[in-house]
Amino acid sequence: MTELTKRTKSILSVAVCVAFLAAVYIGDMVVPPTSGMRMLFTVLEKGSIYALVAVSMNLLNGFTGLFSLGQAGFMLIGAYTYAIFSIPTAMKDSVYQYFDGGLIKFSITEILGNALGGVLGDFGVMLGEHIGMIFLMLCAGLLTAGVAALIGLPVLRLKSDYLAIATLGFAEILRAFFQWKAAGPITNSSNLLRSYTTYDTPLFPLISAGICVAFIVLLINSSYGRAFKAIRDDEIAAEAMGVNLFKHKQMSFIVSSFFAGFGGALLAMFQSSVASTPFTSNMTYEILLIVVIGGIGSVTGSILGAYLFVACSEWWLRGLDSGTFLGISAAFMRPGFRKVVFAVIIMCIVLFYSRGIMGNKEFSWDGFLGFFRKRDRKNRKTGKKKTSAKKHNKDTDIEEEAR
Amino acid sequence: MKKKLALLLVLVMLFTVFAAGCGGNDDGGEKVVKIGVFEPATGDNGAGGKQETLGIQYANSVQPTVEIGGETYTVKLEIVDNESSPEKGISAAQNLVTSGVSMILGTYGSGVAIAAGQTFADAGIAAMGITCTNPQVTLGNDYYFRMCFLDPFQGTVLANRAWETGARKAYCLNKMGDDYSAGLVNYFSKAFEELGGKVVKEEFEQGNADFAANIATAKKNGCDVFFSPVSTEAAALIIDQADAQKLGMPILAADTWDSNVILGAAKGTDLEIYVTTFYQEGGDAAFDEGVKAWIEGDSTNLANNGGNSEIAAVTAMGYDAYFVALEALKAAGSTDPAKVHEVLPSVTYDGVCGKVVFGENGDAVRDMAVVKKCNTAEGKWEFESNQYVK
Amino acid sequence: MNFFVDNLPYILAGISVGGQYALIAIGYTMVYGILRLINFAHGDMFMVAGLVMVYLAASMPIYIAIPVVIIFTVVLGCTIEVVAYRPLRSAPRMSIMISAIGVSYLLQNTALYVTGGLTQTYPEIPWLAKTVTVFGAHTKMVTLITPFLTIALVIALVMLIKYTKIGMAMRAVSRDFETSQLMGIDINRVITVTFIIGSLLAAIGSVLYFSNYTGVMPTSGSMPGLKAFVAAVFGGIGSIPGAVIGAFIIGICENIIKGMELTVFSNAFTFVLLIIILMVKPTGLFGEKNIDKV
Repeated sequence: MTELTKRTKSILSVAVCVAFLAAVYIGDMVVPPTSGMRMLFTVLEKGSIYALVAVSMNLLNGFTGLFSLGQAGFMLIGAYTYAIFSIPTAMKDSVYQYFDGGLIKFSITEILGNALGGVLGDFGVMLGEHIGMIFLMLCAGLLTAGVAALIGLPVLRLKSDYLAIATLGFAEILRAFFQWKAAGPITNSSNLLRSYTTYDTPLFPLISAGICVAFIVLLINSSYGRAFKAIRDDEIAAEAMGVNLFKHKQMSFIVSSFFAGFGGALLAMFQSSVASTPFTSNMTYEILLIVVIGGIGSVTGSILGAYLFVACSEWWLRGLDSGTFLGISAAFMRPGFRKVVFAVIIMCIVLFYSRGIMGNKEFSWDGFLGFFRKRDRKNRKTGKKKTSAKKHNKDTDIEEEAR
Repeated sequence: MKKKLALLLVLVMLFTVFAAGCGGNDDGGEKVVKIGVFEPATGDNGAGGKQETLGIQYANSVQPTVEIGGETYTVKLEIVDNESSPEKGISAAQNLVTSGVSMILGTYGSGVAIAAGQTFADAGIAAMGITCTNPQVTLGNDYYFRMCFLDPFQGTVLANRAWETGARKAYCLNKMGDDYSAGLVNYFSKAFEELGGKVVKEEFEQGNADFAANIATAKKNGCDVFFSPVSTEAAALIIDQADAQKLGMPILAADTWDSNVILGAAKGTDLEIYVTTFYQEGGDAAFDEGVKAWIEGDSTNLANNGGNSEIAAVTAMGYDAYFVALEALKAAGSTDPAKVHEVLPSVTYDGVCGKVVFGENGDAVRDMAVVKKCNTAEGKWEFESNQYVK
Repeated sequence: MNFFVDNLPYILAGISVGGQYALIAIGYTMVYGILRLINFAHGDMFMVAGLVMVYLAASMPIYIAIPVVIIFTVVLGCTIEVVAYRPLRSAPRMSIMISAIGVSYLLQNTALYVTGGLTQTYPEIPWLAKTVTVFGAHTKMVTLITPFLTIALVIALVMLIKYTKIGMAMRAVSRDFETSQLMGIDINRVITVTFIIGSLLAAIGSVLYFSNYTGVMPTSGSMPGLKAFVAAVFGGIGSIPGAVIGAFIIGICENIIKGMELTVFSNAFTFVLLIIILMVKPTGLFGEKNIDKV
């Protein structure tokens, strides 16, 4: 077997992506809404949203070595920005029922939908709405990035666990602010925002999250990405090499928040209603655990981790709650058992398999094919594994203890 | 290499699980119709949700089969836990939708019902709220129906009652982001202010356990009545603090407080607690006896009911809801969710909590609420009056 | 006078809750001082202590249940240390913290499973739950007891650290981990003792806290835990009197904010305080000079 050329690899990647999207599209058309397979699409949607957020967290934690726990707060900003500006005017009164219809009396998606609808008919309405959605998602990301820039100024001076607890604190402060009665005419206080425009095909979150992840990957592979990794591996050395520490940290923080906000907007669409209550530190912990399961410092890992996490918690392990799992039924399988099993699995990964699924490696066609080739070789016992294991050991030591 | 093998093994395992999850729905020749039960078993509304589910389960044990289009079907309840959270509730709803149910009952707590309503509507399956009283549940959702009264009604009833008993200043406490308590407080204060009273409003965050400050604020402001239509979990804590700080004013609450959790907490205190609710024990002797025996006969049921066999109104409502669902199935003559949805608005049923007739927006027409007072010496509910609003 | 009586309940509640935070905060500050680890699971241990009490009190008299709860919590604390933190001692700091978050997730979910997600009512401890009247304000006995008990425990602890051999070892380890190891101090023993003291105080704190706020739910521990950590940072991490003073300040401020009808911000306030202190005086009120945080 010969090594694949670069061109073949890109063709392969594009082909696989297109085939996958086509499969999802056809599947979405064919599978009726009441079939059991429908859960697959729910998992795909939620999984890709979580994947995006996890990758954005990984950019901070895994690639820049900044242990930030503010992700839920940033998602909250994104989700609210999106929802507030896309609630149709007709629904404002019922959504903002305690605030006389709220302050914001227009809906971006509606305005664009009507504008283009006037010119192009039904197709125009759809097109306008989608342009509005994308515009709002970008706004959500930008606003979040703006808030992050402000938060970053004081917070990024802190190190490791202090940074973690300060970002966690900021997320809580943000949440309290959104729940504040005085902000009610805009945020609807602590009540649900709903009835806003959402996507109608699983392709939407898949493609938009995919584009974002691709962007993050490009960033990581650029000279900025190398500077991030340099900061992660050794701050002092990086500074000595001429990397502007604060600038790069700030940049990583802002970019990560942008995508967290973007992911928040997608999550708002997925849920079709949004309230500030679920965006607690527990949500951040879940995303952090996804990153850990996938492997800190691996984008592919975070994506795989996200799909596995969502599929397990929403779908595959649900049987543990209802009494029968894998055909075994037992009395101790009552609501909540799923989560215990899940937490035990996570603890095992953290303790015994701390590199996660991918360690800090990425998916590559060579590796993928090599996986199968190596298995043949293993049967023939060539065994020379030690060197490769040693090589990536070094990268994972994200931060040396400086006592 | 070992790790890769382990990974492969994990993947294989997951797919087996997945396959097991998808397949294996053999009915064994028997005709089965599934009714979805969308209720919280954990979280803030867990206690109430479990009691409501008990009512449905009891009804199912009383009447396990139904005649649809000349054939006898066994009714299977498909119960999912929505964790009292709008966010988790949606995926639970999705699960229910994909398990092939003909109709859905629930949920306790309006917030989750509002959030999940869209999922049911998208799937074209009719859902019937049992005790979610916020108007937004059914408003603008053709697939959500409801068999209890609404918050504007309940809030007005309570405000009238507070005013009639001489209260002029009311303290209102609701949970943040909880459409049930926020809605009730909103309608209560509107009605109370219209009558000429004054209202002091406060909110608390989910998971809060410290109500000392709230009680102090109510006392400081010289209120005459303490209105807190919150979940039973918070209610028990409020009662405890109110007792410790000698609140000195009657507590008014709505249907959630009609629960033995409250009775347990209030027993032995000298608080005055009034609630409005759907059903008073003794309303239907045969039902009371049956459900009591059934709950006592099974330790899980007993635990789910909070350790004794005191009947909560939500249990009675759950019982009625099951029979309304059966009526709908009979009328539809089919297990097809679309057919059930079509006939549901015209279904009527005379249950233990009164007659169910669907009116505007798919809400049942109700004009009466039961007011009960807590007998704190014995830990029992005592019937006060029936309140009507024109 | 009227103003005083009206507002006294907030102050009382603040002092009492502050004392309870203080007992948790000591666990944080000691563990952080020695291991440089934010023990995220500490708050959840506090919750587990409350839950165990609920279940034990159903089957045995209170005065037996309390010591059993304390022993259980201590054992749990040490087990967590041995199972989840010890294997990662040489791992990067982030891994241990993730492990702590994992333990917290596990404890919460286990509690969720055991309780079925329902709030459990804490048993009434006869003397502590009695209502008393102070200057016309009604409150529970435990509110009055807490500050005194807390201060007594803290004094005992400070004595222990100052005058005993193990206390000296603890101070040495928190000053310099490696060197003290070279000096022949058994690090593992010191860490175990730290966890024993932390868990013991958390268990006592839980008895006091839940006697006052009688609902125990799986998430009961996380907020008090975070606040106690903030208190520890505020007072200067590693400093026990600092943690106690920080905890009292947070407890009182939080209740005053609630009294001003700004309940929404009572939790957020704690974090505002944290960020301010980290910006202005990163070593906290009584912290030792520069232990690598900024």
